[in-house]
Amino acid sequence: MQHLLEVNDLEVKFGLRFGDLTAINGISFSLDKSERMGLVGESGAGKSVTGFAIINLISKPGFISGGRVMFNGRDLTALSDEAMRDIRGNHISMIFQDPMMTLNPVLTIGTQMVETLLAHRSITRTEAKSIALEKLKKVQIPSPEKRLAQYPHEFSGGMRQRIVIAIALLTDPEIVIADEPTTALDVVSQVTEKIAVMYAGKIVESGPTDQVVNDPKHPYTQGLIKALPGSLQPGAKLNQIPGMMPTLTDIPPGCAFNPRCPLSDTICRQQEPPFIIINGATRRVACHMAKPDPSNGTT
Amino acid sequence: MTSDENGLLALKQVVKHFDISGGLLDQLRLEKGKITRHRTTVKAVNNVSFTIAPGETFSVVGESGCGKSTLARTTLGIYPPNSGKILYRGERIDNKNAQQMLPFRRKMQMIFQDPYASLNPRKTVMQTLEEPVVFHNPSISSGQVKDRVAAVMSNVGVDPKWAGRYPHEFSGGQRQRISIARALMVDPEFIVADEPVSALDVSIQAQILNLLMEAQEQRGLTYMFITHDLSVVEHISTRVAVMYLGTLCELSPAKALFNSPRHPYTQALLSAIPKLGRKKSGHIKLKGEVPTPINLPTGCVFHGRCIHADQRCVEEIPEERTVENKVSVACHGVEEGRI
Repeated sequence: MQHLLEVNDLEVKFGLRFGDLTAINGISFSLDKSERMGLVGESGAGKSVTGFAIINLISKPGFISGGRVMFNGRDLTALSDEAMRDIRGNHISMIFQDPMMTLNPVLTIGTQMVETLLAHRSITRTEAKSIALEKLKKVQIPSPEKRLAQYPHEFSGGMRQRIVIAIALLTDPEIVIADEPTTALDVVSQVTEKIAVMYAGKIVESGPTDQVVNDPKHPYTQGLIKALPGSLQPGAKLNQIPGMMPTLTDIPPGCAFNPRCPLSDTICRQQEPPFIIINGATRRVACHMAKPDPSNGTT
Repeated sequence: MTSDENGLLALKQVVKHFDISGGLLDQLRLEKGKITRHRTTVKAVNNVSFTIAPGETFSVVGESGCGKSTLARTTLGIYPPNSGKILYRGERIDNKNAQQMLPFRRKMQMIFQDPYASLNPRKTVMQTLEEPVVFHNPSISSGQVKDRVAAVMSNVGVDPKWAGRYPHEFSGGQRQRISIARALMVDPEFIVADEPVSALDVSIQAQILNLLMEAQEQRGLTYMFITHDLSVVEHISTRVAVMYLGTLCELSPAKALFNSPRHPYTQALLSAIPKLGRKKSGHIKLKGEVPTPINLPTGCVFHGRCIHADQRCVEEIPEERTVENKVSVACHGVEEGRI
């Protein structure tokens, strides 16, 4: 079966004077129609870069150095700028982190919404306006007619975020990429069906959300979940992952997580762990210490 | 009044309004053929009273825009209140001038939300950390200052070797540790932390919360913690004040609040806490939007969004009443026993 979106071995590098830095190091995942997937990990793991790479918005000195992004059977990494603009506007849209940065402060919400529509569709201004109204209603903005004539600063933070969502939905895209500033694992676990955990430019664990959060296999996922305050007696010392994510310039050899990992062994410092499949084909973990499913073995 | 009944810090009927009318010309408006003058005020904090006991972690929660940060800043005297009293160990501090405030400033420190904005990018960590000590103890020798900086840095988990570095050379978590170090430099008793972990990843958030709890234990600190993250509040707080549109609607010991929230707003707020791996259930959805603090609703500020509101709620401002052991709620419905 063909997936709606299929990311295969995607690699993103940033070309710098002293050599190329690898920001995304061969990640693969797929997304089906009306499926919700969460990509989680600490800041700097490469979540946003992945989002930008899917819609081919990596700007210099960054570039996609390998892999493919298949959308409806087309490889997005090989499309011309013009074809890509059509995909971006009409088929895949992105909600960025900061609603104040995304909206133009000197244009009314209505102007921004109508312009977006006119850029992508051959419709009249009046038609565009009625679509804009409909989308504002959809995201529950009260008195949308009045609101269309207002500027971003006249909205509260929550309302602004809803407007950004309404703009992302304007062209009825098939995929919406929503980019978040922090880990928000608890939120992601409530709204997604599957989850992929990223660390230092790689996916280290993926699978159905309930399985990953209730029975995490990778020590990094386990650490993230245990660090949440909700699971402990109030006042108890929180479980913290020691140290911090390596910067792209000094990703340790072997498993990138090994210096912070409680289970780290010699093999972890020497070899990159392969993906192990557990529970049928749905769950994958890249850890030397994880036990493979007896029936499957490694990929 | 003894300092005992006022705890370490007490707010009594504190009001903080901001006049945003602008200049005279901005205030003039033509109405029915006459020119009238209008003033616009943001009523950020309205008639707020509470007492914080020594050693307590007192949290203030509420949506963005409810006045939490203004309350924090007013408490520390960064904003002078329009009316009401602020007492520190029983002594009024809201009417003191900068000179008279100095001894209190040493005791009260603040940690800000954004570790990227709250450290001066042009100062090294050493310069940032030594400034408060030197300011409050002009006679201290430079050797003593250096020792103190090194001690506090290792205390918060930042290698003292890095004292010569600038903020941009540190990660977000490290910067927040440096902000905490700056607050600890003068050996304060009371720290107001305004969203100290909301800009941080969960793994780093756990490190910083542990650090704050350890510092509290070692130094007997009292915290006023401002946050919108309810799982963090439940974990660290002794008591919690729930704020809506500049007004306190509920004030309870943390355990009681999370086990049985009384005020309809608290109930809605708590039902929205995301829990790991649990699908959304029982989420009380509030109707409408938070009204603006410029035109406050009459009566109970929450009545427009409350499913229990009746005529009395529209007309009469509810008073804070103790409903049981240390739990106080400002709600007509709770008082009448219908909620």
